Amino acid sequence: MIDAAQLRTAQDTVRIATDGTSPMSAFRESVESMIPALRRYARALARDTDIADDLVQDTLVRALRSEKLFIGGDLRSWLYTILTNLNRNRRRSLARKPVFTELFDNNPDASGTEAEGRDISRALAALVEEQRSVLLLVMLEGLSYREVADIQGVPIGTVMSRLARARAHVKAYLDGERPALRAVK
Amino acid sequence: MTGPNIPVTEDELHAFVDNELPAERRTDVEAWLTTHPDDAERVASWRAMAELLHARYDAIADEAVPQRLEIERLVQQPRRWIYGAVAATLVAFIAGGSAGWVARGAATSPSIFRSFTVDALGAHRTYVVEVRHPVEVAANERAHLQQWLSKRVGYEIKAPELEVAGLKLVGGRLLPGPEAPAAFFMYESPSGERYTLYTSRAAKADATQMRYAAQDKDGAMFWADKGVGYVVSGPTDKDRLNQVARQIYDQTEKVGG
Repeated sequence: MIDAAQLRTAQDTVRIATDGTSPMSAFRESVESMIPALRRYARALARDTDIADDLVQDTLVRALRSEKLFIGGDLRSWLYTILTNLNRNRRRSLARKPVFTELFDNNPDASGTEAEGRDISRALAALVEEQRSVLLLVMLEGLSYREVADIQGVPIGTVMSRLARARAHVKAYLDGERPALRAVK
Repeated sequence: MTGPNIPVTEDELHAFVDNELPAERRTDVEAWLTTHPDDAERVASWRAMAELLHARYDAIADEAVPQRLEIERLVQQPRRWIYGAVAATLVAFIAGGSAGWVARGAATSPSIFRSFTVDALGAHRTYVVEVRHPVEVAANERAHLQQWLSKRVGYEIKAPELEVAGLKLVGGRLLPGPEAPAAFFMYESPSGERYTLYTSRAAKADATQMRYAAQDKDGAMFWADKGVGYVVSGPTDKDRLNQVARQIYDQTEKVGG
């Protein structure tokens, strides 16, 4: 659910043009410009390519449907909020079902060294939902603590403790997986 | 309060890496790190972690956006209810009582009305008599049911809340529809009265007025908007069916609006 407070979050990232240009098309252009970043976030959050793009599609449909509700503010945070909530709903609906873990990580799109790519995605998978979301929003998407606090609807202190725990877990995971690199200081 | 002698906390280390630290404290932290190798190592590991994340996921942001996510396509899809048109019909059939039920206007060709209503009533009669297997997915998996059916019918569908009308969701199933798959939800009153909602894409149906049809002991209300058709079926008590249909209409209108 998106509440009015989230719609009003006043930040300075993507602002909606209120000048002579058509506000409708400006809104859509702003939404469109966010698709690549939303796909990146969704993929890291949900890990599965199809689920990730489903999440992005649902996010876009909801955002476009609420075009008239959006009278300014931080569109970027708002889109991340929708996607984060949709993913949480999705996971809740799956909670009663047995969890199937992937036998093979066959996403061919890992760039960088492939081994490193696999490590980080597995490390992410081991995190609880809220921590994964904070870690990705801050470290991958470059959002501020304040923005993440608004997205998750929690105080900044909670964001910081989630981030600290997420980093500690991922670090432990990576250190455990690749002991050779531990010696490098 | 900042100063080179105040110990740097872990929170500050994180804030330092994330550029959330006030400028005047940054230099303190930088000085601190030269004399605290463990903290320096943690900071370095977090920075390396960020690089790993970007190395792994930035390529996705560089991909061409898949067709199904193109804005032009998506703006065609969301249903926009022509509230006035349908609301006027509601007023008409509420004010007009039972006489108002019979087809008012002919915004949609009779064939869509007919095919939807015949299919929906057929499904209604088939499944309301089922005791053990009335639905495929039960109401305790409501979120999953909605997500699954939305995906299959190709638009967002939520099982309406009909508590006000004394009806509880039993569950739902996927059915073949006149033009595309149909979502089917079943509701039950404490006394065992069953109502069903049948909805599917109807490409040619723009906003239509509500229509009523009856067959034997079952009644059905049909309406459509922006390419989606709805049929609410139940016992032939028109006032009651009217009440249920209005509840559903109000809720789908909210979702679609």
